[in-house]
Amino acid sequence: MNMQPARQNQIIKLAILAVGGQGGGVVSDWIVHLAEENGWYAQATSVPGVAQRTGATIYYIEMVPDRGRTPILALMPSPGDVDIVIAAELMEAGRAMMRGLVTPERTTLIASSHRAFAVSEKMVPGNGIADGAAVIETARKTARRFVAADLEAIAQRNGSVISASLFGALAAASVLPFPRASFEATIQSGGKGIKASLRAFHDAFDAASAPVAAAAPPERASVEIKGPPALLGRYQTLEARIDDEMPADSRDMAKRGLAKVVEFQDMAYGEEYLGRLVKIAALDHDLGGDGKGRALTREAAKYLANAMAYDDVIRVARIKTERQRFERVRDEVHVRDEQILKLTEFMHPRMEEVCGMLPTRLGRYIESRPGLFKALDRMVNRGRHVRTDGIFWYTVLYALSGLRRFRRRLLRHEVEQMHLARWLGEAERVARRNYGLGVEVLRCRRLIKGYSDTHARGLSRYDKVLSALPLLEGREDGAQWLRRLREAALKDENGTALDGALKTVASL
Amino acid sequence: MAERSFAKEVQQLKIGAGEEFRGEGILAITKALLQCGVGYVVGYQGAPISHLMDVLADAQDILGDLGVHFEASASEAAAAAALAASVHYPIRGAATWKSTVGTNVASDALANLSSGGVTGGALIIVGEDYGEGSSIMQERSHSFAMKSQIWLLDPKPNLEAIVKAVEDGFALSEATNTPVMLEVRIRSCHVHGRFIAKDNQRPPMSVADALESPRRDTQRIVLPPASFLHEQEKIKKRWPAAIDFIKTHKLNEMVGPKRGKVGIVLQGGMYNGVIRALQRLGLADLYGTSMVPLYILNVTYPLVDDEFLEFCEDKDAVLVVEEGQPDHLEQAFGHMLHKAGASTRLHGKGYLPMAGEYSGQVMLDGLSGFLRDHAPALLSAKIRLPNAPVAPPDVSHLAQVVPMRPPGFCTGCPERPIFSAMKLVEQELGVHHVAADIGCHLFSIMPPFNIGATTMGYGLGPASASAFNMPAKKRSIAIMGDGGFWHNGLASGIGNAVFNKNDGVILVVDNYYSAATGGQDILSSRANNRTRSTKHPITDAVKGVGVNWVRHIDRTYDVQKMRDTLREALTTDEKGPKVIVASSECMLNKQRREKPLTAKAIHDGKRVVKPRFGVDEDVCTGDHACIRLSGCPSLSVKQLDDPLRDDPVASIDQSCVGCGNCGEVADAAVLCPSFYRADVINNPNRLDRFLAKLRQKVIGFLQKRRDVKSLRFIKAGTA
Repeated sequence: MNMQPARQNQIIKLAILAVGGQGGGVVSDWIVHLAEENGWYAQATSVPGVAQRTGATIYYIEMVPDRGRTPILALMPSPGDVDIVIAAELMEAGRAMMRGLVTPERTTLIASSHRAFAVSEKMVPGNGIADGAAVIETARKTARRFVAADLEAIAQRNGSVISASLFGALAAASVLPFPRASFEATIQSGGKGIKASLRAFHDAFDAASAPVAAAAPPERASVEIKGPPALLGRYQTLEARIDDEMPADSRDMAKRGLAKVVEFQDMAYGEEYLGRLVKIAALDHDLGGDGKGRALTREAAKYLANAMAYDDVIRVARIKTERQRFERVRDEVHVRDEQILKLTEFMHPRMEEVCGMLPTRLGRYIESRPGLFKALDRMVNRGRHVRTDGIFWYTVLYALSGLRRFRRRLLRHEVEQMHLARWLGEAERVARRNYGLGVEVLRCRRLIKGYSDTHARGLSRYDKVLSALPLLEGREDGAQWLRRLREAALKDENGTALDGALKTVASL
Repeated sequence: MAERSFAKEVQQLKIGAGEEFRGEGILAITKALLQCGVGYVVGYQGAPISHLMDVLADAQDILGDLGVHFEASASEAAAAAALAASVHYPIRGAATWKSTVGTNVASDALANLSSGGVTGGALIIVGEDYGEGSSIMQERSHSFAMKSQIWLLDPKPNLEAIVKAVEDGFALSEATNTPVMLEVRIRSCHVHGRFIAKDNQRPPMSVADALESPRRDTQRIVLPPASFLHEQEKIKKRWPAAIDFIKTHKLNEMVGPKRGKVGIVLQGGMYNGVIRALQRLGLADLYGTSMVPLYILNVTYPLVDDEFLEFCEDKDAVLVVEEGQPDHLEQAFGHMLHKAGASTRLHGKGYLPMAGEYSGQVMLDGLSGFLRDHAPALLSAKIRLPNAPVAPPDVSHLAQVVPMRPPGFCTGCPERPIFSAMKLVEQELGVHHVAADIGCHLFSIMPPFNIGATTMGYGLGPASASAFNMPAKKRSIAIMGDGGFWHNGLASGIGNAVFNKNDGVILVVDNYYSAATGGQDILSSRANNRTRSTKHPITDAVKGVGVNWVRHIDRTYDVQKMRDTLREALTTDEKGPKVIVASSECMLNKQRREKPLTAKAIHDGKRVVKPRFGVDEDVCTGDHACIRLSGCPSLSVKQLDDPLRDDPVASIDQSCVGCGNCGEVADAAVLCPSFYRADVINNPNRLDRFLAKLRQKVIGFLQKRRDVKSLRFIKAGTA
């Protein structure tokens, strides 16, 4: 093993940054044990306190060769004076750098590249995930050496916890003057799950010995289509139409869109989708979109599919009863063959959803009579915990998913079609005058998502954002403004950011 | 029932003379107490001294053998009052708590104790929760020592010094009839180190002996005229005795060169920080040999005038390293120099900041600034006149990237559904004034809940809403935990609200024990405790002081019931306080206890059902409304590799403990049908297997029926 010469008179200073509950204390104890077994004097401290409840925590260790006298060691890490930083999560590595604990002259930074998202990242109605690549890039520049691997995944794969894989990565980094066997002996010296810990240790050792791979975007998952040959044949004809009639750079998106709408309804619905798309592609061409990256076509391929495959009861019932879904759940929950899985769904239908599933006229009839609607709602509107592994509820959901045949005649479909037509019409109209703005109108479809109240809120946000259109159509930077409005709408639930942005637009 | 078992540590309490003790600072104190022949130990849990309490709780047998009484007091005030056992009897007693918050609570008893004075050594061990990681207001215990004239020890942060301070503390207390406070900072409480142990001592007189032969002395009771005499005695007798003791026993240390133009005066607790700064300046070696004279105050109150003036005699300038504010030491030293007409320049706050923790960088900057100005000759040319400093790498852009990570509710925490329900009520009835308290439930003030306006002290949640007692269209909501309830909240909160006819809502969060401080038992704990009386329901106590409207929710995860009860409390016509007790066990502790048991049961072939939650990613639309009503660490998001999707979808990871909050919230808030609960039956019995087979047959048939009629789109990664 490649080992650095032991720095006899120097103190090795090591900081561990973790998220409370990750077990940073275990790594700290192991390192102290390791040092002491190798004839070193080690001092470890921490400030657990409330931070151990899911907050950012820090452990600090100093060690020197034991010469029988008590060395005077510090109780906290100082910026620019740390040899090894272990970060048990990617953003904690970022935090270590922000605290100045990582310096190019001396610090080896060992980080797990996985993410444990902070509440502030998760709660955003849109996408609030922080930019991990920025942390990795900075770490490369800031650390003397940067060792990173998904140590959480390694631990999980081996049925262990991250402390074991962090310890493995530390051993692999060869920054402590102790042999690998001594690390292993430390793990073996006590505690639970020794075998699993050792497996995680070994895998982490290997992973951390490899150079840090650039964060490559994951391969786009392909979709495999199975079914009766007749249907498959018709489907392939539709796909061939995409190849014939759509510009090359929109074909992939169009094919995914096609899959989504056909899965949602049927082949005819797929034809409808293609028909609309081809028209938009032609318009795009007329508007000079070829010089503008044909954004109108590509975005239409994406959002038209999403708009056509809206989230209704029939779709949910279908997904919940699909064979693949059962297999995916078994996989996610790690159900072994000898175990049995029970599945409970949390459904809370309201009268609105029931009306949506009725034939248009009947649905409208009930909706226009508040008294009747309320009375029926009282019967329907109740949380239902539904066992989909049981015969009764499975059959109920299966039957509901069978309503697909009648979907085009149901109220929800009509409502969705009307909305879709308005949206698409608006986008085309605006695009004729202001190409970029038209593309942004298409993208605003992203605002409509969720079920019940969430869906209603999404719709109102969509309306609010598009209400600015008259002010923006004449502006060259109209597209940028609409994009900003949409982003603001996805920032918080109350729409505070959106209201602010709308005020700005009004003052333009 | 504590969060951690200390069985291993307890064994270390037994080791005898000459053996080496290795472990945490706070455990070293525990061992030192036994070595000093302590007769009783009392205290109230809280970081950083919880472990002291937990170890002693686990060591009842050893304590019993030695004749030592240990008590987990109802509050810090109760703990301080218990030191009364050392007033008339020559029994050594120790009390411990988190400071300054605990000292605030204890100060009434402390003032009385120090007025009358003590016969047996009385040691107050305060865990100073100051600086990084602290959960309380940033203040100094020093001021309390000064106002009540309690001697204050501030030992160097290593185990040998801390253990010696315990010994010195008892001796000093007895020599001066004055209680002694031993201050240990959070890092030294948790520092891993070693010391050579001594044998444990039986107390020469036990509390049982005292009970059997009671004594009293009116002179020691705080009542005129004795109280006036006490004040005189403090100054005329006890103070000089303390100065004399400190000098004779050399409790403070002077190290480094005998002479020098400059010197540093420091609190013992700052020692390692000062030495590290000197090491980095090339002025101290690994073992603390310093080239700058140091006057180390292991006793920071009282100060010894002659020692300090002697230290200053040949010095042009002296730097005082004193963490926190006000700068009591610096003021006192300035006063001494002025009265002595000395020419030594006194520095301290200025080179060092007035407020905030003295971290490594702060210390380095302060010391190097002082030495550069007053003793440049000591510094190497490189430090005195550094070349253009190497700019540290610019990472400022990370501030825009790295999210804050404040503490929050753990996975499966039973308090989460309470606040989910409050959020739902807020959506219906509008925002209310919410008075928060101390405990894990205070995490509600942070995202995603953003609930709670003030926190006024442990158990003082309801009291802090007491002024909101006028007819209005809305009611106040006050929250407190079971810990705070028994600490003082029953009287200050509930009793107060009954007496003053407050119409507000009081929510008592009961998680079966004092969960935030590490799971120590309290009156309402549901555990069987061999040495304590538990299982006294909070609802009985509440009814006992006269509350008529009391609701008990025995499963906080029932979000709908929680929401409906809260709504009722806020809208009912009933007069007087509305008290809701919401009970479910702390999930962190529950898991620690049950996980190994479950694993063993599965291993032994028993039928065990393990619940977990999941999200159907095709159903989830990525609005994250569920997360805004939860914030659970195991409920996260993931980015799908589907170009049709923009926003990440909700996703539940392996750490899920199946508490049920996700499903309940999705249901109560009518969010979406994405959530499912997967109950995995381990070691299924014959009925399970029969039913599963039957169901699989029917479901499989239906699935096949559909598959032959329609296309299936199978995404890679799924089967």
